[in-house]
Amino acid sequence: MKNHQPYTPREIMTIMAAREIKNGDIVFSGTGISMLAAMAAKNINAPDSVIFFETGAIDSLLEELPFAVADPRIMYWAAANSKLTDAFATMQNPITGKKVIAILGAAQIDMYGNLNTTCIGDYSSPDIRFSGSGGGCDVASFVPRCVAFMQHEKRKFVKKLDYLTSPGQLKGNNTRQAAGLRPGGVSVVVTNLGLMRFDKDSGKMYLDKFYPDITPEKILENTGFPMDVSRATLAVPPTETELKILREHCDPQRLILG
Amino acid sequence: MTNHLNKVMPLKQAIEQYVKNSSHISIGGFTLNRNPMAAVYEIIRQDIKDLHLYAHSNGTGLDELIGAGCISKLEIAYAGNGKAAPTCIRFARAVQNNEILVEDYSNYMMSLRFMAGSMGLPFLPTLSGFGTDILTKWGFSKSIRKSDPKIVDEKLAVMDNPFGDWAGASKVLLVPAINPDITIIHVQKADAMGTCSIQGLTFADIEQVKASKNVIVTCEELVDKEELRQNPDLNQIPFIHVSAVCHAPLGAYPSAVFGHYDYDSQYLRKFAIAAKNPDEFKKYQDKYIYGVKNHESFLKIVGQERIDAIKADPRTGYSVNMKRD
Repeated sequence: MKNHQPYTPREIMTIMAAREIKNGDIVFSGTGISMLAAMAAKNINAPDSVIFFETGAIDSLLEELPFAVADPRIMYWAAANSKLTDAFATMQNPITGKKVIAILGAAQIDMYGNLNTTCIGDYSSPDIRFSGSGGGCDVASFVPRCVAFMQHEKRKFVKKLDYLTSPGQLKGNNTRQAAGLRPGGVSVVVTNLGLMRFDKDSGKMYLDKFYPDITPEKILENTGFPMDVSRATLAVPPTETELKILREHCDPQRLILG
Repeated sequence: MTNHLNKVMPLKQAIEQYVKNSSHISIGGFTLNRNPMAAVYEIIRQDIKDLHLYAHSNGTGLDELIGAGCISKLEIAYAGNGKAAPTCIRFARAVQNNEILVEDYSNYMMSLRFMAGSMGLPFLPTLSGFGTDILTKWGFSKSIRKSDPKIVDEKLAVMDNPFGDWAGASKVLLVPAINPDITIIHVQKADAMGTCSIQGLTFADIEQVKASKNVIVTCEELVDKEELRQNPDLNQIPFIHVSAVCHAPLGAYPSAVFGHYDYDSQYLRKFAIAAKNPDEFKKYQDKYIYGVKNHESFLKIVGQERIDAIKADPRTGYSVNMKRD
């Protein structure tokens, strides 16, 4: 894909995700681009947001970008270094859990925002095996707002997941709550083409924003299920200030921006 | 003075004594941090097979054990090793080739399972996982479960909240306890009795230790009891849980130990590249595992240059500005 914009697809994705984070949010972060989005938010639009890891570190200083959620870089100058049972309890606890926004990735997503990070093919004898849930299933079960980062491709936006690792709206129409889950799961999908959200009633994914140079038609071509695009509007592109802070403060070595 | 509380022994002896073929084992740490690697390599050298491994998120140790054919069954939430291997390579191959049986859980579920084991409970409840394939798809069939008394009959269970809708939950998902035969962890400081002081995140090490019938602790520093007793607030594991203590400096290498050394991203990358090719992998194992007598000789081959490169800065606890692949 040719890119005539003054930013890369990774940069617009990071900024779009960062804008979802509000001041005061507790941001559950993984590594890579999700970490960068959390750092961008903290430096741009949500200075009082707190970065939090499933391993138990909270509000780490992050002088260097960590490469794993168990990287010793997240243990330095944290408010507390605790443990897994504490970290997940913080999310399951509705008082603190309500303030959490999570950033997740996946190999596949369906129209209800359910995620697969386990395998491609039959679970008992998979063609491709991935790392597995990690904390993904727990986060998608507990946290009211989750951002999913995805490359927008037909093989990733599928009608039926090969394995449902992390719950979104399950089959829509309140099936999530009926199954025993609290409201939550993936609420926004950020891709290299646009931004998707979920209909309050049906639980189905719809196109909310498309990026400059991208059309809703192109997004549909790259989506493996029908999607409502009637509400879609053009996204506000990353501003010069946003890009400057992202490039100069968050990832000056371009470890993640590439 | 008796020394019946002196549990210090050579690592080789501890592994011989406590890790047997078909043992149910858990190892501490998380992905590329505080994996008990000296013990892992010793298990491989002793050719212990048919292990049943429990972990939440593991990487460095898990993939070496699978690569060496030591594991036949695995209960796990995540197999990844940071940037070098977002999915552990030998793990993925072994699953795709049906060489090991895997049962998938989430990190919270596995941590709660260790916690239930540590509390002597049959299970603990959570609100995670309803409606997912983690609940409905089983890696271990009913017949495998029935035939092995050390494996619980059901993977997970769902129960109506017996207190009505109390605390806003109509149902709970129950995760069965784990009580491993042996847990091995690597810590910064331990004394001869086995009291441990862990610096940085403890992950689920404390629950894993307390759930386990036997425990081997390997440590960076073997310190006097008096040193640990001066600051008991910093000790997470009292000696009553521990069976053996082994002094193993750099015992988590190539994974990290906060305050002591970083992960060696070059080594992890080298491992990941070798792991993709059977011939290269055999060469790797022959050189670094089978070709050495113990962890000390392994570190000699690794070389002082790498060890200096990963040395932790005292201010931050990691190696500042280390070149990371």
